[in-house]
Amino acid sequence: MNIVVLVKQVPDSGSERKLDPSDNTVARATADNVINEMDEYAIEEALTVKEAQGGEVTVLTVGPDTATDAIRKALSMGADKAVHVSDPAIHGSCAVQTSAVIAAALSQLEYDLVLCGAESTDGQVSVMPALLSERLGIPQLSGARKLTIEGSMAKIERQTDGGYWEVEAPLPAIVSTWDTINEPRYPSFKGIMAAKKKPVETKTLADLGIDASTVGLATATSKVVDFAGRPPKGEGVKVADEGDGADKLVGYLAAQKIV
Amino acid sequence: MLDYRLDEETEALRKVVREFAVEVIAPQIGGFYERDEFPTDIVRQMGELGLFGLPFPEEYGGSGGDYFTLCVALEELARVDSSVAITLEAGVSLGAMPIFRFGTEEQKHQWLPRLCAGEALGAFGLTEAGGGSDAGATKTTARLEDGEWVINGSKAFITNSGTEITDLVIVTAVTGTKADGGKEISAIIVPSGTPGFAVGKRYAKVGWNASDTRELSFSDCRVPAENLVGERGRGYAQFLSILDEGRIAISALAVGLAQGCVDESVKYAGEREAFGQPIGRNQAVQFMIADMEVRASTARLAYYRAAEKMLRGEPFKREASIAKLYSSEMAMENARYATQVHGGYGFMTEFPVGRFYRDAKILEIGEGTSEVQRMLIARSLGLG
Ligand SMILES: Cc1cc2nc3c(=O)[nH]c(=O)nc-3n(C[C@H](O)[C@H](O)[C@H](O)COP(=O)(O)OP(=O)(O)OC[C@H]3O[C@@H](n4cnc5c(N)ncnc54)[C@H](O)[C@@H]3O)c2cc1C
Ligand SMILES: Cc1cc2nc3c(=O)[nH]c(=O)nc-3n(C[C@H](O)[C@H](O)[C@H](O)COP(=O)(O)OP(=O)(O)OC[C@H]3O[C@@H](n4cnc5c(N)ncnc54)[C@H](O)[C@@H]3O)c2cc1C
Repeated sequence: MNIVVLVKQVPDSGSERKLDPSDNTVARATADNVINEMDEYAIEEALTVKEAQGGEVTVLTVGPDTATDAIRKALSMGADKAVHVSDPAIHGSCAVQTSAVIAAALSQLEYDLVLCGAESTDGQVSVMPALLSERLGIPQLSGARKLTIEGSMAKIERQTDGGYWEVEAPLPAIVSTWDTINEPRYPSFKGIMAAKKKPVETKTLADLGIDASTVGLATATSKVVDFAGRPPKGEGVKVADEGDGADKLVGYLAAQKIV
Repeated sequence: MLDYRLDEETEALRKVVREFAVEVIAPQIGGFYERDEFPTDIVRQMGELGLFGLPFPEEYGGSGGDYFTLCVALEELARVDSSVAITLEAGVSLGAMPIFRFGTEEQKHQWLPRLCAGEALGAFGLTEAGGGSDAGATKTTARLEDGEWVINGSKAFITNSGTEITDLVIVTAVTGTKADGGKEISAIIVPSGTPGFAVGKRYAKVGWNASDTRELSFSDCRVPAENLVGERGRGYAQFLSILDEGRIAISALAVGLAQGCVDESVKYAGEREAFGQPIGRNQAVQFMIADMEVRASTARLAYYRAAEKMLRGEPFKREASIAKLYSSEMAMENARYATQVHGGYGFMTEFPVGRFYRDAKILEIGEGTSEVQRMLIARSLGLG
């Protein structure tokens, strides 16, 4: 079973994140960059499938040179090799353009299963699996909280607000994962040492046969026109208990449609 | 030609241990501490990360790092909690290291793989009720009889000696008289559960409450003659060299605790308000924290320096003592100031700094008291 995991490096959602005011793109150079949280679950799931069925796990990332940190972490968790697509022309690409780059890179790899996160914490468009499904002509199973591979079929429990659906598709397929699917492992020191020796192939747009003018900020299908910070939190509501504190609290919660 | 940057792998390990400490240890360790309970499951997970095998080669199940990587891991653990850090420190540098350094090939293959995996813990029993600093005063005896050591005596304050995953304790015992009339002291492996070897109940401690510390007693406890570690009569010299390394590790642990004091104080000073503003706006509070950072950073350099000399194969005894002495005393000071920054909440056990305060004191006592370190440093200067 050949598995490709799509891994994106994003600014840590736990620390301050900024847009670059000069072109309204994510300020990646100054950010504290980490693996997109959901992608760690995709990596873990790939490793679990590999451990059960054998095969090889390849990490694929599209991003600037700093993304090597994300690649190294994935390799130290246990992935076997990596492909890093890096080209200055990709800067500012929208989701549609990025999907063209990822699809081209995938086409140069052998895969039975593509795993990715259900959403990234920066772009958060959650459309990558759908875009890739369309471009590659393979089924997508999105938002998995459980994945089973049976023969040539992939079955998932697709997480929804009210419960889950069981959906299945023939391989090769693309599956996106939520954080309910597993508990990602921490890399061991042996894993960290081994990652040093694992192959990382770097590719440019030219290597993928993509015309540089079709990607990047200038030809993006969507543009960030303006942005503003989140307004500061309001004061909140204080309930003074004059013997009727509980009633007031319930009243408030009911008014907010929380209960 | 100075370079104190961590190489890529050590830095990656540091990050992983940091994440593990923050995500896995921090949320639950307070409970273990309060219940005086050993966190077996956390220790197993530390084993899965390869922490117990850090300074050992892969042929014995180790991770293939070095003693410095162990120190960096200890620092990051102690930044969040000292009980798990001392469990790792004692397990590796006291429990497994003597076997790795002085053991036979058979002993290494028999004991190290489980110890390196963190599936089992080792302990080192040197201190007795009658003497810690004066380790030569050992009263425990071992005599050879029918191809077996027969051990009698007792040991005090032994870390890791009675957990459900403890496999062995290495004990020092008097095995005869030397030509010059002095005691011949040797080190012997006693597997847990050996008849005649009794493990007492856990001490009620001021700090390190989630670590395992017990009194041990031996009455006609018999183990095979092959359980001798290293040369007969070299036990004393051998454990002294083990303690030299251990001091660097204790220094790293102290630096971690001191840095944890900075972390917690910065956070709290930004949140806590008094007189209508965060207390961190007061220069008096800022200066306390700035001084804490200075001490932690300086002490870190001291242990980096000692570790560097050790890994180069140069004499490092003095540097190890300097690092151990300075960092344990400054950790105590940082804990005192961190508690001060936290006001009354700092005196509550549920706040990390409450634990830091209680955990700091033992650093000035264990693995060579501050006085012993000063003695060694003075001696290295040609005094005494
Ligand atoms: C209106 C708009 C404007 C944007 N403008 C900019 C901009 O100016 N500058 C900028 O930097 N970004 C911009 N973005 C974000 C960027 O285009 C997208 O984040 C990116 O194309 C991928 O989408 P996503 O990560 O949100 O995908 P999602 O569908 O949320 O991601 C799902 C999964 O797909 C995989 N994946 C996504 N991206 C990659 C990747 N690069 N490599 C490998 N795997 C990946 C991961 O596994 C991820 O978990 C913009 C997004 C929007 C919606
Ligand atoms: C939680 C905990 C865990 C421990 N774990 C272990 C373990 O795993 N294995 C182990 O073998 N031991 C262990 N110990 C024991 C520890 O190493 C000893 O307590 C320590 O070495 C001090 O010995 P002591 O308690 O006998 O004090 P003493 O040696 O009696 O010292 C008392 C005081 O006298 C001072 N003093 C002694 N001699 C001199 C001198 N010549 N000049 C000046 N001052 C002097 C000391 O510095 C100290 O201040 C542990 C102790 C504790 C509390």
